[in-house]
Amino acid sequence: MLGKTAGGLFWMYRYLERAENTARLIEAGQRIALTRLEAGDTEWTSILQASGVKTAFDQEYDAVTRDAAVDWMLRARANPSSVLSCIESARHNARLVRTALTGEVWGATNAAYMKIREMLARKVSERDLPEVLREVRQHTSLVRGMTHGTMLRNEIFDFVRLGTFLERADNTARILDVKYYVLLPSVSAVGTSLDNVQWETILRAVSARGGFRMEYGTGGGPAEITEFLVLNKRMPRSLAFCVGKLRSNLSYLHRGVQGQLPSMAMVDQLEQRYLSHDIASVFERGLHEYIEEILGQLGQIARQVEIDFRFYE
Amino acid sequence: MSDKPVFDEMWGQDETLRDPYKGFHDWFAEEDISRLRAKQREAEEIFRLTGITFNVYGRAEAEERLIPFDIIPRIISGQEWSKLSRGIEQRVRAINAFLHDIYHNREIVKAGRLPEEMIAGNEAYLPQMIGVQPPGGVYTHIVGIDLVRTGPGEFFVLEDNARTPSGVSYMLENRETMLQMFPELFSRNRVRSVQNYPLDLRRSLAACAPSGTSGKPVVAVLTPGIYNSAYYEHAFLADQMGVELVEGHDLRVVDGRVAMRTTRGYTPVDVLYRRVDDDFLDPLNFNPDSALGVPGIMDVYRAGGITIANAPGTGISDDKAIYSYMPDIVEFYTGERPLLQNVPTWRCSNPDDLAYVRDNLPDLVVKEVHGSGGYGMLIGPTASKKEIAAFRAKLKARPGNYIAQPTLSLSTVPIFARSGLSPRHVDLRPYVLVSPDGIKITPGGLTRVALKKGSLVVNSSQGGGTKDTWVLEE
Repeated sequence: MLGKTAGGLFWMYRYLERAENTARLIEAGQRIALTRLEAGDTEWTSILQASGVKTAFDQEYDAVTRDAAVDWMLRARANPSSVLSCIESARHNARLVRTALTGEVWGATNAAYMKIREMLARKVSERDLPEVLREVRQHTSLVRGMTHGTMLRNEIFDFVRLGTFLERADNTARILDVKYYVLLPSVSAVGTSLDNVQWETILRAVSARGGFRMEYGTGGGPAEITEFLVLNKRMPRSLAFCVGKLRSNLSYLHRGVQGQLPSMAMVDQLEQRYLSHDIASVFERGLHEYIEEILGQLGQIARQVEIDFRFYE
Repeated sequence: MSDKPVFDEMWGQDETLRDPYKGFHDWFAEEDISRLRAKQREAEEIFRLTGITFNVYGRAEAEERLIPFDIIPRIISGQEWSKLSRGIEQRVRAINAFLHDIYHNREIVKAGRLPEEMIAGNEAYLPQMIGVQPPGGVYTHIVGIDLVRTGPGEFFVLEDNARTPSGVSYMLENRETMLQMFPELFSRNRVRSVQNYPLDLRRSLAACAPSGTSGKPVVAVLTPGIYNSAYYEHAFLADQMGVELVEGHDLRVVDGRVAMRTTRGYTPVDVLYRRVDDDFLDPLNFNPDSALGVPGIMDVYRAGGITIANAPGTGISDDKAIYSYMPDIVEFYTGERPLLQNVPTWRCSNPDDLAYVRDNLPDLVVKEVHGSGGYGMLIGPTASKKEIAAFRAKLKARPGNYIAQPTLSLSTVPIFARSGLSPRHVDLRPYVLVSPDGIKITPGGLTRVALKKGSLVVNSSQGGGTKDTWVLEE
């Protein structure tokens, strides 16, 4: 297949995944805001930081307010990671790689674009926010479902999966980091019921509450939740799961190629260094530093995939 | 000819329901108008969801537009079609023979049937093609012949599109949409299928692969890119054929072959269905500023390393000045009388013709020799005095740039208007595939319709729409 097409697929699915995860982050922010005790909009600062858009936000706004933060993450065209920008980029890439997609996948992508663009044409009120976020998740899920149900399992599919899981790993790491930002100032809250409510919000933001209860029963605190989202190999949004998928899809693409792909070596290294220890050692290292390092590695892997498969030249 | 009542393809000239429309009419008479209105909206929704849009140049926002689709089919009987398709085949055979001749021995000039300057002085003539033997001997792999109708058996060729005719995706999607919306119509009427076009196209292109091709020929579609007005169609055709859609920057010349950049390195392409104009095809051989083409592709082509469809330099055969010679061209190469009529054409480069044209401007249609898309033309009968005066000045300045034709009384087909059926003028573009295995014409083609009452301009850029076109089984 064409290098350009591989690149288009990779980015199409990255943007779809990012649209969904940005919606999840907004949802997490909203829930934290609703369960906190003190006044102010501090959680939105951490949400913006976690989604990596705080610097650009600060150039547009003087202060962080709920309304501004939600609008920036939902609709701002100046923010390439806003839900609207992501959906537009996903659809742009889908048009670019139209021949690699089934009619159903294209149709679902185009429908998602049309619906979401319409919903986000105006500012979304707090009352309408839950429904809008639900629609975003449903539409991106529909594309994913069509992808699974109709696409051949060939190299096209491998690039789809690489894009999906690279982005998802990145996003799960960022969602975990929200917790770090939120709770850092209030060490006194650690272990309180408030603390647990907020950790549960993290689980909700990755649709993992039920799964966590299945794995850990009614117990489990921050350490277990982190373990679940970082190391659990059955949890489809955990870092270990996503990186495992990167490895398997790269290895399918690797068949028939001479020598070792540099991107493959980097994934191996990431697994060995960061995902083969227990959760206690992660906390020892410091969760925030650990996440920062993983985000850096994921970025390098993405750049190496571009080179290994000739996306641009 | 304007005194005759307009020929309506459903109701004839005397309000008598014509045979091909009987099955349709029975159905329509039982239909509820409000249901059809809902169906018309549904059709639009289907088109929007499928993304069947065209891009409008120079508009960043709202850049994708739908071509309006009308749900009333245009119906042609099997008999009418077989007569028509014989004429089309003859014309396309002649066009290919003509192209071969003018790039080789120029017998037609030697025989005195075509003036030398029509070729040598023609912008569309490519000296780079002289003596080149295109693989399979085919110049125009895909042709779209624009036809208009003025009476029961009277068809005229308006234009031979022999460069990169577009619109075939609309032919296919229009049918697909009709099948989804009105399945019952297709069980009542036996309509010839068009759905094999993409496969036929792929087979036809593959059959023209260079002689040195080993194994299954690699076919690719070359598009100027996502912002081109016909990008949807390029992607659609590549998808339906199951071949790669490439842009200039995906291709480069490697070891004497044109190759595309894949995830595993460069792979040679055997047949390139290009939707890029000659001028932009190769910055080394043509327009040096082109970023859309492939540097050096013409050298590979001349050495027989790749098939380019359509071949470079075919534009001369659909040039409006050459058009007026088409009856002679058909006769010269086929030895037969032309089965399809040409519209009588005055060449303004000729002083006698020019005098006639100047005296009769209000009754004529005047076109630029190299224009397309319905731009830069004068429709005398509907033009204002001011427009006519402006055109008179243009004619005086560059007479050789214009041809003129009588205003034909184009046939009408009903559209579904607010108040029910209402006649509108139409044309027809059948699609023709040429390969060493023969000439294949998809039954029907694209019907374009002028949605504005009384208008004769069917171009989508100027308020035209499309219809599904049926050819009934005989």
